[in-house]
Amino acid sequence: MQKNIKNQNRRKFVKHTALASFATWIGMPVVFAENFPSTLKPAALLDRAWADNLPGKSDALTILNDRPVNAETAAHLLDPVRTPNNLFFVRNNGLPPRTVDVDTWTLTISGESAKQKKIYTLKDLKTKFKQHTLSITLECGGNGRSEFNPPAKGNQWSTGAVGCAAWTGIKLADVLADVGVKSDAVYIGYYGKDDHLSGDPNKDSISRGVPIEKAMEAESMIAWSMNGTDIPMLNGHPLRLVFGGFPASCSGKWLSEIVIRDQVHDGQKMKGQAYRTPCKPVAPGTKVEDKNMCIIEDMPVKSLITFPQTGATIRSGQSLPVRGHAWTSATAIKLVECSIDFGKSWQTCTLTAAENRYAWQRFETKFQFPQAGYYEVWARATDTNEQTQPMILPGWNPKGYLNNACHRIAVKVTDE
Amino acid sequence: MTNNWNTLLTTLSIFVAFLTAFMGYLLLGDNVQNLLPAQKPSAQILAARQQRASDRLAAAEVEASWDRVVEGIHQRTGFYADPNLPIIIAACTSCHSSKLVTQNRATRPGWEAMIRWMQETQGLPDLGDKEPIILDYLAKYYAPKSTGRRAHLDLTSIEWYILELD
Repeated sequence: MQKNIKNQNRRKFVKHTALASFATWIGMPVVFAENFPSTLKPAALLDRAWADNLPGKSDALTILNDRPVNAETAAHLLDPVRTPNNLFFVRNNGLPPRTVDVDTWTLTISGESAKQKKIYTLKDLKTKFKQHTLSITLECGGNGRSEFNPPAKGNQWSTGAVGCAAWTGIKLADVLADVGVKSDAVYIGYYGKDDHLSGDPNKDSISRGVPIEKAMEAESMIAWSMNGTDIPMLNGHPLRLVFGGFPASCSGKWLSEIVIRDQVHDGQKMKGQAYRTPCKPVAPGTKVEDKNMCIIEDMPVKSLITFPQTGATIRSGQSLPVRGHAWTSATAIKLVECSIDFGKSWQTCTLTAAENRYAWQRFETKFQFPQAGYYEVWARATDTNEQTQPMILPGWNPKGYLNNACHRIAVKVTDE
Repeated sequence: MTNNWNTLLTTLSIFVAFLTAFMGYLLLGDNVQNLLPAQKPSAQILAARQQRASDRLAAAEVEASWDRVVEGIHQRTGFYADPNLPIIIAACTSCHSSKLVTQNRATRPGWEAMIRWMQETQGLPDLGDKEPIILDYLAKYYAPKSTGRRAHLDLTSIEWYILELD
C-alpha cells in the first residue's frame, strides 16, 4: 500500500516535471496539463533528430510526418527497376524498436485456428524453410490521398508511397503448414515490435492482417532481406511480412507474432474506418457509418511516369523518351498507354513482362510534339481483369484510399 | 566564585563568536568565498568555462532561431503564427508531429471530428475551454480549398529544367 502511494507520487512528480519543462519550452503553462495521461510525453521533449536524419534513408525523400515517420519518394526517383532501399517510402504508424537483437529475435505463431503454438528464431526461419527471392511492389492504401476533395484526413501522400524491391525470405504458407492450420481458419493477423505513439506499452500501433487465402498465396512472404541486404530499420528490420496487391499496411513490420484466426482479425487499424472504403459507392463528402465501411483487399491497377522528371523543357523537333512502371493486384498488366493531348489520343507503350506476379512492369515510349507549347504526359495502365485508370479522381471515400487516377507530368517544348 | 564567573564568560564569548559567524554566513552565504583573496583559475579551467558559455550561447541561438516567425510561419513547427499558437502547439504536438496537422485541410466540423476520433481511439484528453480556440485556429488556417474533381498540376511547384537529349 505504502509502496503504491509512493509510486503514484513519483509518477505524478515525473509527469509534472515533464509538463513543467514542456510549459517552459512553449513559453506558457499547459492549461489542461492535468488532463494529459501520464504515459504521454509531449513530442517536443523527445528527440528531434529523426526529422532531419532518417536512419538508412536518403535525404531526397519527402518527409510528410516525422512522428510517426512518413516519407514518400518523388516519381523520378522511382525510375530504377528495383527501388533502392534508401529511397523506399516509409509509412510508420508507431515508433520503430530502438534496438534489434537478431540473435534473440523470435517469431511466434499461435491463434485459435493454429494446431499448435510454435516459436521460431530467425536462424530457424532461415534454415528450416526453402528460401525465395521475389520482386514485389508495396503500395500504401492511402497513396494519392492528397488529391481527394473534400480532403481526407491522414498523411497527404502524393504519388510516392510505392516501391518495388527484391525481397528474400520464405513463403508464409510454408511456415503456416509447419505449425498446422485448422480448417476453420479465416484470417491471419500480425503483431510487431513497434511502440504506440503515446509510448503506452499496452497499445499496439498497428496489427492488421489478410484473409487465409491471401496468406497461402505463392507470393506471400516473410522476408528478412531487401535487394540483397538487410531491410532498413524504418521498413521493418529484421523481419516483415510482404503481401503484393494488398495495401502495404497488411505487410507487418518488425514482425514478432502471427495469429491464425477463426474470425476476421480485430487488431489495431482493422476496425472503424481505417483501411476501409464504403461498401457501396457514396457521393463526395458523405459521412459513412463504421458498419458500412468494408476492409480494402485488392489494390487497383496503377502506373507512374518515372522519366522524365516533371518540368522537362525540350526543343522543338526533339523526341521525348518516356518510361515508368505499372502494377496491379490482378495477374498482370496487359497494356500501358500514354497521351500528350490530355487524353484525346493514346499511344501504346512497349511493356516488359513481370519476373513474378506483383513485380511492377516497365513501360517505355517516345513522343514527337506537333509544335512548341505546354504539354502534359499522362499514363494509364490496363490489367488482365480489364480494369484501367480513371483520368479524374476515382470514387471519393472518407479516408482517401485507392486513388489510382492516371499520373501526369508537365513538359514544355520551346522553339529556340 | 570568580573562577565560575570566568568560565561562564568564556563560554558566553565563544557562543557569541559562533553566533556572529553563523549569522554572518547566513547573510553572506556562498559569497563568503568571494571575500577571500581570489585564486586565479588555471588557463585550462578558463578555457573550459569559455567553452561552456559559448555552447550555451549557441544552443540559445538555435532555440531562438527555431522559434522565429518567417512570413507568418513559425519555423520550428511550420504552424501559422497566431496569438493562440502556444495552445495549438501544446494540444496538437503531444502525440504526433505538427506536420500531420499542417498537411491536412478540413472544415471546422471536420477538425472537430478528428479531435473526437483522437479522443475516442488515441487517448487525447478533454481539451476543455481550449477546444473552441483550437477549432477556430484550425478552421481559419487549414480550411479546404475547392479543387473540383481533379486539380490542375501545381505549376507553381514545378521546377522547370532543360532536359538534355542525344
